[in-house]
Amino acid sequence: MELFAYTRATDAEQAINTATSKDVRFIAGGTTLLDLMKLDVERPAQLIDINRIGLDAIEKLPTGTLRIGALVRNSDFAHHPIVQSDYRVLSQALLAGASAQLRNMATTGGNLLQRTRCMYFRNTAMPCNKRTPGTGCSAIEGDNRTLAILGTSKDCIATNPSDMNVAFAALEAVITVRSASGSRDIPFGDFHLLPGTTPHLETVLVPGDLVTHVTLPAPRSKSKQVYLKLRDRASYEFALASAAIVAEVSDGKFSFIRVALGGLGTKPWRSHEAEAALLHRPADIAMFHRAADAALRDADPQSENGFKVELAKRCITHALTLATQSA
Amino acid sequence: MNSKDHPHNENSTGRVTRRSFLSQMGAAGATVTAAPLVARAQFATAPGETSSRGTQKIENAVPIALSVNGKSVRIEVDPRTTLLDALRETLSLTGTKKGCDHGQCGACTVHVDGRRINSCLTLAIMHEGDSITTIEGLGEPDDLHPMQASFVEHDGYQCGYCTSGQIMSAVALLKEPCGPADADVKELMSGNICRCGAYPNIVAAIQHVRQRA
Repeated sequence: MELFAYTRATDAEQAINTATSKDVRFIAGGTTLLDLMKLDVERPAQLIDINRIGLDAIEKLPTGTLRIGALVRNSDFAHHPIVQSDYRVLSQALLAGASAQLRNMATTGGNLLQRTRCMYFRNTAMPCNKRTPGTGCSAIEGDNRTLAILGTSKDCIATNPSDMNVAFAALEAVITVRSASGSRDIPFGDFHLLPGTTPHLETVLVPGDLVTHVTLPAPRSKSKQVYLKLRDRASYEFALASAAIVAEVSDGKFSFIRVALGGLGTKPWRSHEAEAALLHRPADIAMFHRAADAALRDADPQSENGFKVELAKRCITHALTLATQSA
Repeated sequence: MNSKDHPHNENSTGRVTRRSFLSQMGAAGATVTAAPLVARAQFATAPGETSSRGTQKIENAVPIALSVNGKSVRIEVDPRTTLLDALRETLSLTGTKKGCDHGQCGACTVHVDGRRINSCLTLAIMHEGDSITTIEGLGEPDDLHPMQASFVEHDGYQCGYCTSGQIMSAVALLKEPCGPADADVKELMSGNICRCGAYPNIVAAIQHVRQRA
């Protein structure tokens, strides 16, 4: 690990004012950052510890929305009574991620910014456009079994690994970011970037930006919600395919539907195609198959992850079945 | 090998224990590899007493104060030092194990302010003022924590390397939301890997304590 200067911030303003260059990293849970620093993938000149700046509350606002501080730990978030009752898909997604120990450490803001698990990104001996722009993508010709089939480019096929992000996509979360020039709200779908020719740019954040909150819209009290995660082992493993569903059915037809996918895209993947195939249509297995086909129509599998196309379709179909059969 | 060949061996019987052997190996290793990053430990309960490794001056050292197993501790560490390395190398609390060092195995599990975390993925300096509990703070050989006693009773280990992490996780689990079934325990213990595969006995040991609580 490279040596760094360490500063403990006492409030958000101080943290932001200290973070003036791209060699600075905020550290919260540390579960991604320290892991990557040990691998020399991350080599910050300065670490700003933001664990003691507050931003650790979950608040119901008068508008009915739920505002979550960036420093709320994943375990506290998942077990919060309002999240358990009104945003079940999110609680399920959080508890499907990592281990109990890691969930006690990892924060909302850190999980949003979780880096890919692509083995070439994590190995400094190998070319990787995301880690070192312009060096090439080792995964396209290499071991790509777990990597993305949606939103890929010729320069990068790295998967976004977060479960929480998939639920945020389905729930249409809004991310609040603060910088020296003030606060701004970013719709979840605009926060992460597709790799294109610049896979090293993963979000719209710039140096000096601090994620302060995530806000969830007022709950849809009649909605059925499911997070289904398929993986190589039963627990403590990243998704090969996952689906977050928020659905409202009236008179046997979808009156509201959100579908988001994990383990498949280069960013958390909202499937507008699946939603369009389902809205105002009967909630039956034939429609679920059509929606799954629509969601994967533009899939671009690699040499070893072609199985993910069928796996993803079955994941979507099964998640929709679970969501619509529950009482 | 006996004590005459190794004047540093303090064991008067000449018997080389596993721990004294490893300590000598560590000392010898330090001459050919990089100097340890951490040094100079001091327990507040024993003022003035430095650890046997505690003579090396560390560049960029940062002072921190922690509570470890109920004792106030002041140490100086390189800012890169993980909580795990501070516990093992600076404070010589070697019950907490280093497995993968990347948050993937759970061998390094300790409690910080009562919650279980992976001590390998957090920096010691991030824990100024925090209360740390390690396996050494849970029980003594003649006064085991009920979870330690249950692991012994149910043979919840083979090689033992993952055991302290398993027990620290299991004790924390007692206070977490967890359903009654074995499957619920397995899910919440999935962050602790046992390469010997002692899982059935580990689950039995934990369920035994939960059912008696």
